[in-house]
Amino acid sequence: MENKTISKERRAYIALMRVLMGISVALTCGLVLFMIAYVLGRGIPNITWELLSTKPSYLSGNIGILPDILNTVYVIITTLLIVLPVGVGAAIYLTEYAQNKKMVAAIEYAAETLSGIPSIIYGLVGMLIFLQLFGMQTSLLAGALTLVIMNLPTIMRTTQESLKTVPQSYREGAFGLGAGKWRVIRTVVLPDCIDGVITGCILSIGRILGESAALLFTAGFAHALNGFVDGLGKSGATLTVAMYVYAKEQGEFEVAYAIAAILMLLTVIINLSATMVGKYFKKRRNV
Amino acid sequence: MKSIITVKDMCLWYGQTQALKNISMDIEENSITALIGPSGCGKSTFLRSLNRMNDLIPGVKITGELKYRDRDIFGKDMDVNELRRNIGMVFQKPNPFPMSIYDNIAYGPRTHGIRSKAQLDEIVERSLRGAAIWDETKDRLKKSALGMSGGQQQRLCIARALAVEPDVLLMDEPTSALDPISTMKIEELMESLKKQYTIIIVTHNMQQAVRISDSTAFFLLGDLIEYGNTEKMFAQPQDKRTEDYITGRFG
Repeated sequence: MENKTISKERRAYIALMRVLMGISVALTCGLVLFMIAYVLGRGIPNITWELLSTKPSYLSGNIGILPDILNTVYVIITTLLIVLPVGVGAAIYLTEYAQNKKMVAAIEYAAETLSGIPSIIYGLVGMLIFLQLFGMQTSLLAGALTLVIMNLPTIMRTTQESLKTVPQSYREGAFGLGAGKWRVIRTVVLPDCIDGVITGCILSIGRILGESAALLFTAGFAHALNGFVDGLGKSGATLTVAMYVYAKEQGEFEVAYAIAAILMLLTVIINLSATMVGKYFKKRRNV
Repeated sequence: MKSIITVKDMCLWYGQTQALKNISMDIEENSITALIGPSGCGKSTFLRSLNRMNDLIPGVKITGELKYRDRDIFGKDMDVNELRRNIGMVFQKPNPFPMSIYDNIAYGPRTHGIRSKAQLDEIVERSLRGAAIWDETKDRLKKSALGMSGGQQQRLCIARALAVEPDVLLMDEPTSALDPISTMKIEELMESLKKQYTIIIVTHNMQQAVRISDSTAFFLLGDLIEYGNTEKMFAQPQDKRTEDYITGRFG
């Protein structure tokens, strides 16, 4: 048998491609690692117990981000409380009940487009609708409602997609036993796609954490310390908005970096817990 | 013997395509009726009309008269959930729910309002015994049904169907996804179930039809070609097409 060799050009080509791929990998990893190291390196030394546990005061010159942390939590809770039932309900209707396939496709397309538009547009619309039209104050509630509109497509689409992955045979099996439609959905379909819903939630929390533009218009910048119910009616900055304010308007870069580091850690925690919750539900089903 | 299901001049369309043409047949109580025919002949469609599973498919139109114990299956006063409770179904591919074995069996009874633990325990045991799978499952009732073998899963699905105490059991090629030993177990099971239930089974396996059924109906391209006593049909088919099919000349 003739010994076939690979031509020199081909060898050179393969080697070149290897090098190029190596460079891409190095660049990608390098950038990410640099970002993480830089932000954490500059942020973590500035995180003190005092920063986390006090509110800012112009009189004493103290800077604390406790109100911002609480505001963030309030906004997340309020948004999810509203967006979850609405989004999941819409998804159930569209996938399980709606007969008009064209309309469903149109709504899905619209939702996909909506989830892609810049958040500042949501901020503007939120301001026009909630503040000007409904006469609400600049408040966490107005901010949360804006975020509801912004996250509705995400929750709806992720839930829909996970509803579609539930095998038709489960539905048939349950119908075949004489179960009504709603019972089939509640007891067989929804439990099987709960991890999809949770994924949607986590994505939304991530978006809420990272959101500043939409909230600047609607929720304001205040750093007052409030309870949950009180706080909803008042203006307040979330961590991301506060970071913008400290960095851009007050030149407090140490504080901004501290917040950045906190946000980064929070993101890691949320992603990890998402994976864990997903695993937990998978495991619980396969006892 | 008494007829439990009577069908007269039934036609069925999927949109513009006619899938069943003027089907008329009576099904006897406590018997096993096999529906045979090549793929696409309408036998599964016919089976699924009996408990209105075709309702789930948009664009299906059915005409003619279908009666279950003298009640109109498609009548206004027929509650479809009640109908399906009485006419249970076992599917081609085993489809246990992603729950424990116990919860799978208890699903039907719970759907129909049984809440008491003691009662459910009793139903679960009785159903699993009825499907001859109690010994294999009694120690793992709380384990997921998805961890069982295909043959066990199919018997579990039969047990699940039995748990709501149906009158008629529709089986859509229940053994086509199973190995010969599991198939044999399910055939034996059907023999014993016949005493209490009326069974209608779609099968692609001619030997299976001969082994288990009392009557056989041969479908071809939406027509019911021949229907009658199984032994007689396989010994002396009346129609040339039936003969060709059961002797393996096409299909």
